Amino acid sequence: MKRSLLIIFKERAIEGTLLLCALSSIFITLSIVVILFYESFGFFKDIPLREFLTGTQWTPLFAQPKFGILPLVCGTLLVTGIAVLVALPIGLIVAVYLSEYASHRIREMAKPTLELLAAIPTVVYGYFALLFLTPILQQLIPDLSGFNALSPGIIIGIMIIPYVSSASEDSMRAVPMHIREGSYAMGATKFQTAFRVIIPSAFSGIAASFIIGISRAIGETMVVAIAAGMMPNLTLNPLKPVQTLTAYIVGVSLGDLPHGTLEYKTIFAAGITLFLMTLFLNILGFWFKRKIREVY
Amino acid sequence: MEPEQNSFQEIRERIIQNKLRDHLFWILGFFSTLIGFVVLFTLIIDLFIDGFPRLSWSFLVSYPSRFPEKAGILSAWVGTTLVMVVTAITAIPLGIAAGIYLEEYGKKNWLTHLIEINMNNLAGVPSIIYGLLALGLFVYFFKFGESILTGGLTLGLLILPMVVTSTRESIKSIPNSIREASYALGATKWQTIKDHILPYSMGGILTGVIIGLSRAIGETAPIITVGALTFIAFLPSPPLSPTFPFISFKWLFDPFTVMPIQMFNWVSRPQKEFHLNAAAAGIILLVMTLVMNGLAIYLRYRFRKRMKW
Amino acid sequence: MIIPEKLKAEVKNLSFYYHQIQAIKNIHLPIAENRITALIGPSGCGKTTYLRCFNRMHDLYPNNRYEGEIILYPDRLNIISPKVDPIEVRMRISMVFQKPNPFPKTIYENVAYGLRVRGENRRSFLNEKVEIALRQAALWDEVKDRLFDHAFNLSGGQQQRLCIARALATDPEILLFDEPTSALDPTATSKIEELIMQLKKDVTIIIVTHNMQQAARVSDYTAFMYLGEIIEFDKTDKIFTRPSKKLTEDYITGRFG
Repeated sequence: MKRSLLIIFKERAIEGTLLLCALSSIFITLSIVVILFYESFGFFKDIPLREFLTGTQWTPLFAQPKFGILPLVCGTLLVTGIAVLVALPIGLIVAVYLSEYASHRIREMAKPTLELLAAIPTVVYGYFALLFLTPILQQLIPDLSGFNALSPGIIIGIMIIPYVSSASEDSMRAVPMHIREGSYAMGATKFQTAFRVIIPSAFSGIAASFIIGISRAIGETMVVAIAAGMMPNLTLNPLKPVQTLTAYIVGVSLGDLPHGTLEYKTIFAAGITLFLMTLFLNILGFWFKRKIREVY
Repeated sequence: MEPEQNSFQEIRERIIQNKLRDHLFWILGFFSTLIGFVVLFTLIIDLFIDGFPRLSWSFLVSYPSRFPEKAGILSAWVGTTLVMVVTAITAIPLGIAAGIYLEEYGKKNWLTHLIEINMNNLAGVPSIIYGLLALGLFVYFFKFGESILTGGLTLGLLILPMVVTSTRESIKSIPNSIREASYALGATKWQTIKDHILPYSMGGILTGVIIGLSRAIGETAPIITVGALTFIAFLPSPPLSPTFPFISFKWLFDPFTVMPIQMFNWVSRPQKEFHLNAAAAGIILLVMTLVMNGLAIYLRYRFRKRMKW
Repeated sequence: MIIPEKLKAEVKNLSFYYHQIQAIKNIHLPIAENRITALIGPSGCGKTTYLRCFNRMHDLYPNNRYEGEIILYPDRLNIISPKVDPIEVRMRISMVFQKPNPFPKTIYENVAYGLRVRGENRRSFLNEKVEIALRQAALWDEVKDRLFDHAFNLSGGQQQRLCIARALATDPEILLFDEPTSALDPTATSKIEELIMQLKKDVTIIIVTHNMQQAARVSDYTAFMYLGEIIEFDKTDKIFTRPSKKLTEDYITGRFG
């Protein structure tokens, strides 16, 4: 009953095929890096890096083009900042509530519903920000312009709540029961246990979830493309229209975009900036996630 | 003894305070969780109020038009369907195969580690970056053009990490005793995977695939970046032809638009009437994603119940 | 050491390493044909590790290493030789695990699986084999009307007998039992014990157990293991009445373990 060579060969061939499929991830990452660098290479040949990084105006389509990325980065950070102010506190509170307070039934119902928040197409959120939230906010804040950073910021914040809450909750629930019991045995309430024992113990996981949330907010495109206005604006005023890196790419792509023009290259220059920002956050998040494994 | 009495009284007050804070947080937590529900609910209601009157048969079977009341989403939903076919064909086999490799074959070496780190990183890359990748790679390097094939491949790559992750999670939940039982009967590795690992993890994999596809349906930015058009008043070539060989793949290379782009196009116009069209398209998009996610949640629940290891 | 009448296998100088740690030290042991050999010893003494050498389960995990020989008669095949395909070994030597581990398939498919991996798909042949195996495992009467029910619907004891039927369906030469009743209640346990005693007319059995009464009840030969070594091997009644080593006596009288 010796296995025939054919069977051994078949097993090997299958393993090889599966490996090739797994290697596709490396191929994709490499392609992203190569394409971004290759296509923006021409851009950086024409535009000095110094001007790109420190210029305060981004007007590549004007007769007198200016190529300072700062307004786009600023717009991105402003919207992300607002989103973070919404998502991190609410996400953390929800996580503590679901992990430590909520009954099994509430948790089983709340988790999938919250996940739906992340599943809704972002273009629908864009509609909601522009045509529902902005008019309401304009009633409260008369200075608010029709396109602004505030409204998409808030909506993105709500959108990323599940990213923050779900991963934070998982890491809180991973804190072993005996650690909780140690705190309860001293007469602590749930609130004290959660904030003095559980959160510090689950810190790495919570930090990782925050970073994932921030990274999502930075990369979010359609909500800002629809509701933030398409104006590169070096401002930290949330009431004014801004343009983010992502919205710029979409805005340019909507028009006719001949291959190889400077216009074409600018979206890759914006893309590489965005990619590096999120890559940094992903690495940071990955580092925190690894720390979780070290704890238990 | 007086002082002790006193301190005990203090502790009692302290306890009352602590409990008060505890209850307040309970309420805060409950309402914070509720925010999600409220937003979801408001969003759905808002969309229905605006868009429901526009929903009609002619809205589904009409091409976009300059006149809002005549415009429809025919080319958009056909485009979405075809793009999803390409996406599914790319991402599902590739993702499942990669997941199987990482869980069942990958030894603890630098290569496996590198692949894992890469998958994690890809999951965090913003969708629009995939659009830029596709623009450079599929549109110009492989010269697929601004076609359905390009759009489908782009979204396929985008959801690949989701399919891989759900495959891996699902495989991980199969206890080792099942593998050992199979090997002990003389099964080879591939027999064990094909007869046990894959069938028993299908539920979880399916859940991940459905969630991935529902995410792909709603993706707009990368599809805009690869140059999908916003105004398409024709359908791609039919996949079946009356002459030999009866099947045609010409549609793969046709220009296209998809539902979310159609919605984006309408919402960015100044006229209120187009906004109503956007809302109507939004309802259809929303219903599609909610149904798919609901299905995924249901499947997850059912399989979890059935597979009690 | 006594030598039984007819040998099915013979362990010679077997050592086993996890990474650098030696879990089995220079074991010699004869396995008598159509007899039940029990391995007893305190937990962590290496009895399960030893048992799993017989069907090369250790090959599934990296950094494991065998030394020495396990000779399988009559063809004198050294089953732990790297030249021998572990799959071939597993096709000749079946195993029943500590916890019942049926596949989440039907009862029928569970039993038929071993035949299917051998490429056997003839319906009538499978039907016949499944029935024989289920009868051998004393499960037939309980499940004959619901062969296509999900195996998870069976009770724990029934599941374990299903696993025995699954292992028997391929007519193995040796059947390995790794503490087969440790997850079961007393009623199910006694059923399984009865079954094991009946099976020895068809198949050579090696059973690992931490339950000394079980070893005394079912086995013909008993080996007492301690810290990766065989301290004593003899006929079961001799081991439990007149052990020759002090350590064995201490263990079976419950002084440690």
